[in-house]
Parts: sequence; C-alpha cells; structure tokens
Amino acid sequence: MRLAKLEERENFRNIWVMAEWSSGRIQPVTLELVGAARPLADARRSEVWTVVLGTGIADRQLNELIACGSDIVLVVDDPAFTNFVDETEARVLCALIEKHRPESVLCGATTRGRALIPRVAVQTNTGLTADCTQLAIDPENGNLLQTRPAFGGNLMATIYCANFRPQMATVRPRVMSARPPDASRRGRVIRGTLPTVSAAACKRVLEVFHSSEPGVNLADARFIVAGGRGVKGKEGFNLLRRFATMVGGAVGASRATVDAGWIPYAHQVGQTGQTVQSQVYLACGISGQIQHLVGMQSCDCIIAIDKNPDTSMMKLADITVVGDLFEVLPELIRQVSIT
Amino acid sequence: MRIVVCIKQVPATNDAVIDPETKRIVREGVQAILNPFDTYAIEEAVRLRARLGGGVEVLAISMGPPRAEAVLREAVALGADRGILLSHRAFGGSDTWATSYVLSQAIRTIGNVDLVICGKQAVDGDTAQVGPGIAAHLNWPQAALVSAVREVSTQHLVVVRMHEDGHDVCELSLPAVLTVVKGINVPRVPSLKGVLAARKSEIPVWTPEMIGADPAKIGLDGSPTRVVRTAPPPPRNKESLRFTGTAEVCAGGLLRELRKRSLL
Ligand SMILES: Cc1cc2nc3c(=O)[nH]c(=O)nc-3n(C[C@H](O)[C@H](O)[C@H](O)COP(=O)(O)OP(=O)(O)OC[C@H]3O[C@@H](n4cnc5c(N)ncnc54)[C@H](O)[C@@H]3O)c2cc1C
Ligand SMILES: Nc1ncnc2c1ncn2[C@@H]1O[C@H](COP(=O)(O)O)[C@@H](O)[C@H]1O
Repeated sequence: MRLAKLEERENFRNIWVMAEWSSGRIQPVTLELVGAARPLADARRSEVWTVVLGTGIADRQLNELIACGSDIVLVVDDPAFTNFVDETEARVLCALIEKHRPESVLCGATTRGRALIPRVAVQTNTGLTADCTQLAIDPENGNLLQTRPAFGGNLMATIYCANFRPQMATVRPRVMSARPPDASRRGRVIRGTLPTVSAAACKRVLEVFHSSEPGVNLADARFIVAGGRGVKGKEGFNLLRRFATMVGGAVGASRATVDAGWIPYAHQVGQTGQTVQSQVYLACGISGQIQHLVGMQSCDCIIAIDKNPDTSMMKLADITVVGDLFEVLPELIRQVSIT
Repeated sequence: MRIVVCIKQVPATNDAVIDPETKRIVREGVQAILNPFDTYAIEEAVRLRARLGGGVEVLAISMGPPRAEAVLREAVALGADRGILLSHRAFGGSDTWATSYVLSQAIRTIGNVDLVICGKQAVDGDTAQVGPGIAAHLNWPQAALVSAVREVSTQHLVVVRMHEDGHDVCELSLPAVLTVVKGINVPRVPSLKGVLAARKSEIPVWTPEMIGADPAKIGLDGSPTRVVRTAPPPPRNKESLRFTGTAEVCAGGLLRELRKRSLL
C-alpha cells in the first residue's frame, strides 16, 4: 500500500515469514528465513510471524518454528493447499496482509515463492525485491535494506521500499542460517484465521511428480558435483552421480552437456539454467564460460578438476586439481568409500 | 485470438555498469541482445499458433528505449506477426511493479488477448517477477517455469511446471499468463522470409497516453522500490590451492582439505 505520509509507516508492524510448505511438510528454507527475520524484528522491537498455508501440518513442525525464533505462527490448514495453486495462496495471503499489516514479508526465493510473491506484491500494491542475499535494518529510518546480486552476481544492489508497505523480499535459499532450536522459547500458534478457503476455479493441478532421479534438487544441495563437456557423455555423468550420492550432493551440468542430451535440463547451471549457491561446487571438465560462471560464482568453495590448468574455471576456483577427471573421480570414490 | 509475447532487450554481457548519479543501468554503448529466455517464449507462441490452426495472431511487445525496436524485428523474423514498442521518457526507471503494470495496460489496449507468454527471467535484473506481475495486474491465472504445453485450445491449457524436486501438470483456463524455461523447445533460426518480413514490418511506438497508463504508476515515481546503492560483489579469496600429480595424490589431498574445512 502506498503511504500518503511517512508517519503511516507506524501502522505496519512485525516481520512476516511466508513458510515454504510442499511435499507434505514445511521445508528447511523456512527456518533459514525465521533465522534471518529474528534480528530484523529485534532491531524494530517487533515480532516474527510465520505464515503457514498447507494441509495436515504437523504440530511438531509448528513448534519448531517457535523454537527457532517465531513469536506467532499463523496457520491456515486447508485441503485447498494440497497442491501449489498460486492464485489461491495469493488471495489468502493478500487478505492476511491487509488484515494484520506486517511491516515486511520474507519468502524463500524458491520456484514456488518466486511465482507466488510477485502476484501478492502487485495485488497489495507494494514493492518486491527478488532473490536477496543480505537483509538489514537502516538504523536511521528503520527501512529494510535489501541486498541482492544482479547481472549474474557481477554487481550487488541494495534496494529500498520507503514509501510503500509491506516491504517484500524473496530470499535465496542456503544463504541465511537457521538458529539452533530453543525448546524454552515461548510463542503462539493461531489457527484458521480465514473462515473458508475456496480453491481458485481457474487452475487445477492434475498430477505431481517428484523426481526419482537422485541429485536433481540443486537449490537444496550443500554439495554440487557438476560436469561439463569434459565428462564426455552419459556414462561420465554416472560417475559424477556416484560421487554425488556418496557425499549427499546433487548433480549440476553445463549447457553444452544438456544440449548434447547427456543430462536433463533440470540440472543446468548458469544464465539459461539455474543460479546456485551451495557450500561446495565441484566442477569437473567445465571450462567456465561467463554464462556458466554467473550461475555458480557465489558458491562458498569452488573446486575445479580439469586437464587444462588455464581455464576460467580453474582461475576462479579456490581449489584446483590438474588432472584427468576419469582418473581423479574414481580415486575420490575409492578413497571416500574406504574411510 | 491473440497471443502476446513480452520480450526485453538486455546487455550482451553481464559486465554491468551503473550510473553513480541515477543508480540506473548504463545502456549506452553496450551491445544489446534479445533476452535469451524470451527466444523460447517467441518460439512457443509460434508453435501454439500452428497447433491452434487459423485465426491466431502472435504479437511481440517490449518496453524500452527506441533501440529496443531491434528485438521486436528479431521476433518478427522468428515468426511473430507484428511487434509494438512501448517507449517514452515517462516509462524510464520502472521497477518490476511498474513494468508489469505498463505491459498489462498494453495487453488490455491490444484487446482480444487470451494468452501472454514471458521468459522465465531477464538476464540483467534476474528477477522473474514481471510475468506473475502481469498476471496479477490483469487478474488472470498464471503458470511459472513452464517446460511443456501438453494441451491447448481456445479455452484452456495443460502445462508442465518445473519445481526444485520434480514437476507438476496443471490445467489453466484462458486468458492466462505463462513464463517459460529453456527446456520447452528448440528455437528455430530465422527463415529468409522471416528476415524480409522483419525488415518491412512497421513497429509502432506506444506512449503512456495510448495505453491509458496512470502517470502515478509508471517510471521512477510509480515504482515502489528504489536502488539506493550498488557495489561490486565481495571479493573471492585469491589464495587458491592447486593439486597436481597422480590421481591418488590429488584425490587424497582434496579429501583432506575438504575435511579440514568441514565441507565433507
Ligand atoms: C545465450 C547463452 C546462454 C548460455 N547459458 C548457459 C548456461 O546457462 N549454462 C552454461 O553452462 N552455459 C551456457 N551457455 C554456454 C557457454 O557459453 C559455454 O558454451 C558452455 O558453458 C561450455 O560448456 P563446458 O564448459 O561444459 O564445455 P567446454 O567449454 O568445451 O569445456 C570443457 C572442459 O573440459 C575439460 N576436459 C576435457 N576432458 C577432460 C578430462 N578427461 N578431464 C578433465 N577435464 C577435461 C577441458 O579442458 C575444458 O576445460 C550459454 C551461451 C549462450 C550464448
Ligand atoms: N521491459 C520489458 N518489456 C517487455 N517484456 C519484459 C520487460 N521486462 C521483463 N519482461 C518480460 O518478463 C520476463 C521476466 O523478466 P524479469 O522479471 O525482469 O526477470 C522477461 O523474460 C520478459 O518476458
């Protein structure tokens, strides 16, 4: 909502976290967002509210939200949320925002969050900053300073939403830290604040598929083992998959390998694929063209295995192995399996 | 029936330059291209036109400076029937809220539009917010990250949406807005006929007045968000560790290092 006068800011209070409810549970990114919201709410002397739209939500998960930093957990448990229908969720969230007037709303920069929240921001007539990696309160005026990478991580932009409320941001998964649960923390669960939720008539989810292929979820992975043209073919990716499974990681790929049909598009990292920010990115036989680098250059620790010591990836990496990936990877697998 | 494709002209490289005064992206002197994701949006619209048979028109629209006309010609070369450029000083500085407002007003003005297709995101801003924003302004249903259109009629669509851990299939009533990912198709190269059509095509320029845009909702003043500061990303640790030698030595060294840093 546009503020006619700056004093109207006072009518908006508390930091909201929009929970990521999917596959029948509240996803870990929600606890990261609560962890990020806590110091912001403290700086504003206000509360952290977590909004959960889902169905059959376990009490244990709601209590965990409180233990990890929420003051209020606002739950709408309804079968209308069984599958992801953007229109239904947006309508409910808009109604809750209009009723309770939060000062800020944070949501995971996940596929669901990035589809849902822009709709909510337009409908509530306020600003939205995408894919933030840093959030802070401006000590001078209490505004939310939202910092995000733009131009594929080549630039950090800090964004303000001074004259509109709530201030909305999606937050990149795996960047903020969840706080360790504290069972003695007190909070309140408020249920069913909306009398009835009618599912949107314009959309129906017909089928849902969870990939049976291991290592497809790049967004949630701490460890990504990625392959490029150096992997030579489908067989080579099997080698990467074996190592990824051993370290509990996911498999990434360069565009060249996706276009060659060695691995599905869901694994592609880079400008026309996904942007990832894992703890470890192990690049095997990827030369590091700019279009690939913009998708992974914010990972914490980049490791490259390549025969050629002079590629852009080898220059960017924190740890490099000069060698043949078909010798180094099997040896890594062997050594991990015996220790 | 009409299908509108929203396309954006973006800098060819990601070496962004920001004007320290206005905080806006400097677009002068940088080679500009069609946003890569938007080529898939154009191709899908052209394919849907063929699947639906006759009576479907594909329009490409873009909001940007006069030189953005080039991407509209490119869209015509790739099979769009015509292009419209939304260009005016008052549009400058629009954030995703204002941009999606302007595009939605243009779509209302075009009339008889049943489907809007956007790219997943623009590679300069990387927001992915404009597609759902247009859907919200029009109050139409949306499907983001569409990787396949299974069924299409003048009344409905059945699409596949990508998620982190798989996908789902959903049915939407028209009118609706889609954002598409790369996997959805393989764009064609422009035909000779297309290139000639592009050269001859009239690209009209529309102003805020022509789309009935509220001056308070466009441009810098109509944008809820504002860039207050830009900075280079935090520098990466320059010290890098290199392993060479036999695979056994390299693997051993790497594992030791990963464990030392608690990464394994
Ligand atoms: C509009 C546009 C969008 C794009 N989007 C993306 C994107 O999203 N993601 C993306 O990745 N790319 C993208 N690209 C493509 C990008 O420019 C490169 O073509 C691509 O990333 C190269 O892939 P690669 O590193 O696997 O292959 P190459 O550049 O061929 O590199 C292969 C590497 O493997 C090494 N190698 C070979 N054999 C071995 C071995 N046995 N052991 C060890 N090392 C070995 C080689 O030394 C070499 O460094 C895009 C391009 C354009 C124009
Ligand atoms: N100025 C613009 N003109 C036309 N379409 C746009 C514009 N900006 C964004 N889009 C469309 O919205 C998509 C997402 O852009 P963004 O939200 O900026 O990442 C793009 O792929 C385009 O389809």
